[in-house]
Amino acid sequence: MEFTTSPYLLKNASVQRVMLQVLAALLPGIAAYVWVFGSIILLQLVIATVTALLAEAAMLKLREKPLGLFLSDGSAIVTAWLIALTFPPLSPWWLIVTGTLFAIVIAKHLYGGLGQNPFNPAMVAFAACIVSFPALMSQWPAVGLQVSVADQARVVFGLLPRLDAISGATPLDTLKTALKLDEGSISVTQLLADQTVYGFFAGRGWEWVTGGYLLGGLFLLWRGLISWHAPTAFIAGLSLFSGALWLYNPAQFANPMFHLFSGGAMLGAWFIVTDPVSGCTTMKGKLIFGFAAGALAYLIRVFGGYPDGVAFAVLLMNICVPIIDHYTQPAIFGMKDRS
Amino acid sequence: MLSLFKFKGGVKPQTNKTQSVSEPIAVAPLPSRLFVPLHQSIGGTPQPLVQAGDHVLKGQMIGAADGWISSAVHAPTSGSVRAVAEHIAAHPSGLTTLSVEIEPDGKDEWGERTPIDHGAMAPETVRERLREAGVVGLGGAVFPTHGKLTASKTVPMEELVINGAECEPFITCDDLLMRERAEEVIRGVGIFRDLLQPKRVLIGIEDNKPEAVAALQAAVAKLGEHFEVVAVPTRYPAGGAKQLIRVLTGKEVPAAKRSTDLGVQCFNVATAWTAWRAVAHGEPVVSRIVTLTGNVEKPRNWEALIGTPLAEFVKLGAPKADTNGYLMGGPMMGFEMPAMDAPLVKATNCIIAGSPTLFPPKAPEMPCIRCGECAKVCPHELQPFEMYWFSRAHNFGKTQEYHIFDCIECGCCSFVCPSRIPLVQYFRFAKSEIWAREKEKNAADQAKARFEWKTAREEREKAEKAEKLAKAAAAQAAKKAAEAAAAAVAPAGNEPPPAGEPAPTGAPSTNAASANASPVAVAVTANDAAPLDAEAAKKAAIAAALERARAQRAAVAPKNTDHLTAAQAREIAAVDALRQQTGLEAAPPADNGETKP
Repeated sequence: MEFTTSPYLLKNASVQRVMLQVLAALLPGIAAYVWVFGSIILLQLVIATVTALLAEAAMLKLREKPLGLFLSDGSAIVTAWLIALTFPPLSPWWLIVTGTLFAIVIAKHLYGGLGQNPFNPAMVAFAACIVSFPALMSQWPAVGLQVSVADQARVVFGLLPRLDAISGATPLDTLKTALKLDEGSISVTQLLADQTVYGFFAGRGWEWVTGGYLLGGLFLLWRGLISWHAPTAFIAGLSLFSGALWLYNPAQFANPMFHLFSGGAMLGAWFIVTDPVSGCTTMKGKLIFGFAAGALAYLIRVFGGYPDGVAFAVLLMNICVPIIDHYTQPAIFGMKDRS
Repeated sequence: MLSLFKFKGGVKPQTNKTQSVSEPIAVAPLPSRLFVPLHQSIGGTPQPLVQAGDHVLKGQMIGAADGWISSAVHAPTSGSVRAVAEHIAAHPSGLTTLSVEIEPDGKDEWGERTPIDHGAMAPETVRERLREAGVVGLGGAVFPTHGKLTASKTVPMEELVINGAECEPFITCDDLLMRERAEEVIRGVGIFRDLLQPKRVLIGIEDNKPEAVAALQAAVAKLGEHFEVVAVPTRYPAGGAKQLIRVLTGKEVPAAKRSTDLGVQCFNVATAWTAWRAVAHGEPVVSRIVTLTGNVEKPRNWEALIGTPLAEFVKLGAPKADTNGYLMGGPMMGFEMPAMDAPLVKATNCIIAGSPTLFPPKAPEMPCIRCGECAKVCPHELQPFEMYWFSRAHNFGKTQEYHIFDCIECGCCSFVCPSRIPLVQYFRFAKSEIWAREKEKNAADQAKARFEWKTAREEREKAEKAEKLAKAAAAQAAKKAAEAAAAAVAPAGNEPPPAGEPAPTGAPSTNAASANASPVAVAVTANDAAPLDAEAAKKAAIAAALERARAQRAAVAPKNTDHLTAAQAREIAAVDALRQQTGLEAAPPADNGETKP
């Protein structure tokens, strides 16, 4: 027989299956994204995917790893999709390419490839680009943009000038800027009442996209690919901090619903803090990791210099993973009464 | 109704049990040859009692138990002994083991069988009978049963757990045994109960065997026993002794403890059956029920003689053409039989014919993505991926911190791993490396102790020599002083040597000789040589030598000696001793050279 030692029976599981299910879980979010912001995102997804696969292939070749085996595992595509979804849909093509290259080459392969990266590659790409190209990374198209997809594509490829008319800021960004500009004179409640920007509860259109991510996350949970610990703790951390400050001063601080369903919160909760490679592995560790990431994301959003804080929060927590794991090892069978 | 507990983890592989339960147990025909290994249980290897040419009867002892934890071996049928020689073992290594080759005479003639009434006998006698009858754990661990039938002196025996769970896929031998021989199983359990005197007897059977549950319940009722027959949820490895104990009693037995320390003991149903046969019929263990299944035309259970060569046994099931190997045991914890002439042994509960469709070749191994599936299914709640990293990195100390020796190698982690990492294989490797290193370290420690003993002895001898010389020098000095005194008395003007000055001839040689001895001894011999009293010098020298030996022993603490070869360890021991000596003596450099062993 081909095999050498037991067990001889194996479950039908593979890294590829895991990654394909993650991709499937992103589909509801992508569908909502297309509906809200138009199909230009599909172009960005393609650009990111092609870049990721080429970069992955080149790095595998350099590292003398089997190409077919690793290219087909789907992990590079997951990274690519997460990058495309977190970058503004009208980003110039080279921004997506730069981010993806950074994620695959530096954040992933220079650390040893699949399973070895201490930081979430997509978040590394986002952080690197928002630090390097803050203006481009903050230009989001207005919802219901009246520009044809072909023209949008020309913008992406630099064939048409980037017009201020077609790009604005995210609701999170708008709120932050408005609060800064009219400090004291205007309340959050008043601002959020503007439904053309803020929709029903968390940003017009954004509610649907983030709702799609939530749906995808629940799918992953149902499939047993992620545990409830990290997402729940992330949502708890974000809600607790935003809720406390909102109760303290609703004129100055937005309500938890707004924070949960805008920006990268939902994507972060279900697809980023649940990344097994760069996250905690123990159940207690996942709770700590998720909660701290949620709290940090809120603090950076509200008090930091960036409109959204999920990427930085996750990267900061990635640093803490080894020590959290070390101190949260569960008691084993038969040794639970002992300290 | 008993409320059940849960164990964490576990998996649900396809059970594949229905194939082999449709036919009743059949008695396998006599094979043309039998190869009975002498070592078939945990513990001492039985001594052969027969030699080539001997005629043996069925049930005649051919190997006597060696030591208390050991179990006798018997001729499975009547016939003549062809050889007592090395023969390939039923072990994945493909190594040989001392085996008795018997050519059956076809009569299958029993030797003398003496049933005993265990109720009327001392417990020791019953245990002795089980040892003589070769009764061992037939669940797969083959631990001598009599060795488990003494209750702890300090902890009262609360529960006796009887394991009929049979959680591994494909295996049905216990199921069929319970269905067909329920009464004898229950009677066997009665023997264990009588010896251990537990408060309760719990028989656990996975709920995918309702026929077996019903049969045992009926037998319990018929015999008027108060055993509880409990259907437990089907989830691998529910039949692991520790898991079944957990499910039925809520107790968790850690690796470091025996179950009797927690007031519970566990036996397999087939063991109970053989115990009954041994006690009530005087029949030793010469056969067992073996499931023959997998890629065969006629899967079923056979009562086969111990020692039946695999090739003759598998013919009974008519293996299909694409069969490419045979597993012994289940697919989760079993192993591939190394050769077709390897024999069935007491541990053989199942033979599975394999094929590329039944057990497809494993997909290539991928890197671990820390998904934690392995930790989720580990019934001992370990962190297999952590142990895997450290095993891979040969950081065996860390694997032990993560409790690698609590791993029961059930295979759940490998079963679910999406990266198809053979985790259990890594853990087996790490465990055997740790054992090998421990052995090596023990050997090195012994060498070190021997060396220190030798050094201490040499120093003692040197000190004694120095003391002797000092004594001689003192005598000489005294003599000279007396002579000088006499001279002074007679021709005045001759200056006498001042008292306390060492004698000119004796002192230098003493010094040289005592270079290795303690500073105290040196001081004594050097300064007080002339007027001293010999008794004091001797005492001081001995005291100093003893002190040094003691200090050296105390200073020897095990350091980072676990990755060393024996040669390296010796070298380090030598250097350590040297360093120790210099530090203690604060001797001049010249002395250092001389302290070399």
